[in-house]
Amino acid sequence: MSVPVLYSIVGIGLFCIALRAVILASEPLRAILAFNIMSSGVFLVLVALARRVPGPEPDPVPHAMVITGIVVAVSATAMAIVLACRLRTDDPLDEVD
Amino acid sequence: MARADANAGRIIDVCLTLTVALVFAGLTFAILSLPMAPVGLCDTVAAELDCSGVANPVTAVLLNFRGYDTLLEMGVLLLAVIAAWAVRRGTVPEPAAPGAVLTFLAGVQVPAMILVAGYLLWSGADAPGGAFQAGAILAAAGIMLWLAGRHRPGLLRGLPLRVGLVIGLVVFVAIGLFGALSGVSFLALPTPYAATLTVLLEIAAFVSIGLLLFDMFASVLHAGSNVKEKPAAEEWHP
Repeated sequence: MSVPVLYSIVGIGLFCIALRAVILASEPLRAILAFNIMSSGVFLVLVALARRVPGPEPDPVPHAMVITGIVVAVSATAMAIVLACRLRTDDPLDEVD
Repeated sequence: MARADANAGRIIDVCLTLTVALVFAGLTFAILSLPMAPVGLCDTVAAELDCSGVANPVTAVLLNFRGYDTLLEMGVLLLAVIAAWAVRRGTVPEPAAPGAVLTFLAGVQVPAMILVAGYLLWSGADAPGGAFQAGAILAAAGIMLWLAGRHRPGLLRGLPLRVGLVIGLVVFVAIGLFGALSGVSFLALPTPYAATLTVLLEIAAFVSIGLLLFDMFASVLHAGSNVKEKPAAEEWHP
């Protein structure tokens, strides 16, 4: 098992830990943060697998995909936070325990 | 009743952990069964790098070879900003009174950040860098300026803001149409003009991404200013 494969397994581990956190999230903000970590895991897998090519330079195509993905993830996170705040404002059905 | 709920919760927890562990095992097996010596796209990119107009392979892939992905990404950013405008309520709150350290640092760092953003934008042709990295730093400079309270209120609104937000996408589509009209295909940069067109694309995308990301930050502030504390007990009136 080479170093890039080890990094990609770490990325998969991040993804799975965050997947569990998304499902068990008690509040929207926790789910949003866990989604972010899932996306970080995916990016790590992509970048690690780009290193497995022969030759000195890594594969540039997964790097470009990750750059695009990071920007989209940031804007999606911001949109999710706006939605979560709006949910908190407009919720007349707050449960009272 | 509470004890049964707690037991049920624990069973669900264990089942979920087992399922996630299975997912992890499956994905790891998939990674380990990838071919040992992949060829990748390095050589394909290196062969076409000369007619792409830039020297950095990642920039060439982003703006030239996979320009369609970048076009769609600018569209997604714009869509997120418009959706945030539609959903948010409230007003942008004034920043809390900044301390002396933040005021001083903002005054020193923001010009440096603008310079660094400009440098990253220009060096994207030969080294890691480019429009996205530079746009992110530009947005961060704007956020720092806002947090220190040293922005001029009312500077970024109305028509200049909207023009800046869409200019990246518009220039991208226009250059794509130029490629289509010059006979090659949509979003193909013809080799003699590739370098100039890439620089144009990068500058427009840089301005747009900086403004889009800063606007997302402003929308989050809008939305956050309106969040009430959870009421202790409230009747629901339909």
